[in-house]
Amino acid sequence: MVKLPIYMDNHATTPLDPRVLETMLPYFTDRFGNAASRNHKFGWEAEEAVEQGRKQVAALIGADPREIVFTSGATESDNLAVKGVAWMYREKGDHIITCVTEHKAILDTCKHLEKDGFRVTFLPVDNKGFVDLDDLRNAITDKTILISIMTANNEVGVIQDIKSIGKLARERGVLFHTDAVQAVGKIPFNVNEMNVDIASVSALKFYGPKGVGALYVRRRNPRVLLTPIIDGGGHERGMRSGTLNVPSIVGFGKAAEIARESLSQESAEMFRLREKLRKTLERELDELYINGDLEKRLPGNLNMSFAYVEGESLLMGINDIAVSSGSACTSASLEPSYVLKALGVGEDLAHTSIRFGIGRFNTDEEVDYVAGRVIEVVRRLRELSPLYEMAKEGIDLKSVHWATEA
Amino acid sequence: MAYSDKVIDHYNNPRNVGALPKEDPNVGTGLVGAPECGDVMKLQIKVNEQSGVIEDAKFKTFGCGSAIASSSLATEWVKGKTLAEALTIKNTDIVKELSLPPVKIHCSVLAEDAIKAAISDWKKKH
Repeated sequence: MVKLPIYMDNHATTPLDPRVLETMLPYFTDRFGNAASRNHKFGWEAEEAVEQGRKQVAALIGADPREIVFTSGATESDNLAVKGVAWMYREKGDHIITCVTEHKAILDTCKHLEKDGFRVTFLPVDNKGFVDLDDLRNAITDKTILISIMTANNEVGVIQDIKSIGKLARERGVLFHTDAVQAVGKIPFNVNEMNVDIASVSALKFYGPKGVGALYVRRRNPRVLLTPIIDGGGHERGMRSGTLNVPSIVGFGKAAEIARESLSQESAEMFRLREKLRKTLERELDELYINGDLEKRLPGNLNMSFAYVEGESLLMGINDIAVSSGSACTSASLEPSYVLKALGVGEDLAHTSIRFGIGRFNTDEEVDYVAGRVIEVVRRLRELSPLYEMAKEGIDLKSVHWATEA
Repeated sequence: MAYSDKVIDHYNNPRNVGALPKEDPNVGTGLVGAPECGDVMKLQIKVNEQSGVIEDAKFKTFGCGSAIASSSLATEWVKGKTLAEALTIKNTDIVKELSLPPVKIHCSVLAEDAIKAAISDWKKKH
């Protein structure tokens, strides 16, 4: 019998790996020092732990430890990357390029900069979720100072061609930032092979603690400079002031080490479970639609629309399983997912989407249970759905004149 | 979001799910909402021509749990009422009965609209 509830929302966050917790514990008690204290053992101990964590995080992404700036998490990393470049290179240019399916931490930061006088191009994506390289090439001007394109999308798991985007940016002498939060620890990610200048990373997405992240900032070819967004004691080579969160950095490092060692095997396992889930659902239910490209996709991601079944009602029926929906009803804004909209998924289907995020600790038994429950509830709700009834009667739902609320 | 016990009960055991023959002169059908908005309710009533009393009601709903509960409750409430009585059911009564939070008030509005649409469809036939 599987243990309930089942957690299958690993794009939101991941559970802390017990091995990570173990390495963190001493830094909450005996080794409580401030890494900036230069005159005593407590400080040295903390500094050593931070430097160890820095090495481990750097190794996971193929960086030099001196290129790692610790932050409070991915939102801060994204803010520092985009605002830091914008303000540092303002004399050189005022134009930034990003894309419509980015995380809000990028989109809202860019909108903030627009109010400050910068110009931002929000590139569209195709119906698979990809940015077009020609669109990107055409958007670059002599005033472009930054391109920010995420590596893997948090909703649909689609993986952009980061290597080519990085190459293009380098050819044109434009800095390239990628929000690699969903990708790092899940798929191979190397800043040098992929021509990345700046990258956002977060511990909580690969079995590390919450409240800690990093920004990779390239030191040479090209050397990237950032204007800090937090002023203070000049920690992290002046780029991010604030006492370092030592226990979390220790955990972040350990999580990175585990991810690096187990990545290829774990990624294959997540892919196997994801495919099992997808194939079981597709065998048992009709009218399922995969959102985003299926091939270039995070191994643990399945984002699927269950036509004629509203997402929140489906979640309510599978309330012993933790997953997410792109339905408006599950968000505060009452708007369905902007990512699905950007992919051209109609609002009717966006309301029926569910995101499954398979992770390290999910098992075959859990996948079987989830598939069984989803199939059962989708069938029940379709029996309850006037849209399913109409579709079965052969009525084209697009041709119906819907009387929308006044 | 936490659902009230009554919403959960209607979601798990929806009352009067199904369909009545649309062409029947004594059946009125209301179809409200839109798939793009995430809510579509179909509510049907069967009216006794002599007494004007709603003898039966059925529904099918595409929407969140609160939308399903609102329409399920609506079918329970209209049964046994005259058309005039059924028209007095207000969305605020549904909100109160199901303890709907502010973001779900639109579900109750839709249920009230569905009742009215079904009655008006019946009246069109007479």
